[in-house]
Amino acid sequence: MRLSVDDLCVSRGGRLVLDRLSFSVCAGQALVVTGPNGAGKSTLLRALAGLLPRASGGVALAGGAPEAELAQQAHYLAHSDGMKAALTVEENLDFWSRYLAQAPDRRSRSVEAALGVVGLGHVASAPFGVLSAGQKRRAALARLLVAFRPLWLLDEPLTALDRASREKFAAAMRDHCAQGGLIVAATHEPLGLDEAKELALGSAG
Amino acid sequence: MSSPLAELFLREWRVARRIGGSGAMGVVFFLTLVAIVPFAVGPDPHLLARIGPAILWIAALLATLLCLDRLFQADAEDGSLDLFHLSETPLELAVLVKCAAHWAATGLPLVLAAPFLGLMLQQETMALLGVVATLLVGTPALTLIGAIGAAATVTVRRGGLLMALLVLPLTIPVLIFGVSAAEAASGGTVPFYAPFVILCAITLAALALCPFAAAAALRYLGE
Repeated sequence: MRLSVDDLCVSRGGRLVLDRLSFSVCAGQALVVTGPNGAGKSTLLRALAGLLPRASGGVALAGGAPEAELAQQAHYLAHSDGMKAALTVEENLDFWSRYLAQAPDRRSRSVEAALGVVGLGHVASAPFGVLSAGQKRRAALARLLVAFRPLWLLDEPLTALDRASREKFAAAMRDHCAQGGLIVAATHEPLGLDEAKELALGSAG
Repeated sequence: MSSPLAELFLREWRVARRIGGSGAMGVVFFLTLVAIVPFAVGPDPHLLARIGPAILWIAALLATLLCLDRLFQADAEDGSLDLFHLSETPLELAVLVKCAAHWAATGLPLVLAAPFLGLMLQQETMALLGVVATLLVGTPALTLIGAIGAAATVTVRRGGLLMALLVLPLTIPVLIFGVSAAEAASGGTVPFYAPFVILCAITLAALALCPFAAAAALRYLGE
């Protein structure tokens, strides 16, 4: 499986944020997107997920499920968690596991297992709204595990996480790569992935 | 295909029940509107009996709109909407299921409360049945049409008023045929079935068209 981006241009608000960007990521690889604020990291991830229109250029995920679109093979994790405060952590994850993974995949983990990986087993039945910022983040990361999708698009995944959680999440990302997954992460901080490639976006012009 | 949609319905239903408010709030608003009308038009029983179906319909329309503004905004704020875009389930079906859950949580209580409020407005049995039947058929159309407005104002802070401005003109046909069928139920020159069947047709058309319009608005605004 291989994600290839050719001459991608994306404009927001009439300004060309990404200008003829090209790169590729192979199965098992992680790409860390760095750059100053406003360089277009989040724009790149949203454009890859299909949430922003691409002005020109191509984005293709070769070697995946033939029928599925790229967006349907990707997890997108941004600043918001996609969780309902009134529902418990378990109910939230259970919903996303069924809504985002429609074909059962042996690489999808159960909700309990995913909560174990991020160390939230003890708050599974607590309403999401009462969790701390870091715990909410960890619950959002658990969403990536309950429905297997090969491509992870992560926008500042480490926000609000403590050191132990960062290490757990780095291990989860290594697992994902070992299973043939791809990761594109925009971050200011080291992810803890030694073999990750780096893509530095220029300063905002 | 059905399982993710059933899950979505359950999720919306649970959120509506736990946050509470929206369903009960709609009913209380409905009650308040109906209760203040006699203060405005006077307590004449004949007058109230004559304009009762219209009052109940207008109150139901406003109560439906009151509850609708958060239909997609909550999902946009917590990021769920982005994830709906990434699912295999078409956004149109997600919109339809969200409307169904929203109607079950807020529209249905209005229909169930209507006969009791009708008693306050001197409605006879046949008129009560007419109002309940027309509201049962007509409120889904109000929710579906309102969903277009909720989708179009999803990025607007405090978009409730703007949504009402967009949606109210579109609900006029529902109101016309709903009220005329409800009034025909208690006698009159028009048979009950003629406006009632048109009301059913409007609801079916809304069911077929509105999810596409709302999903198109969400796609456009998501960009």
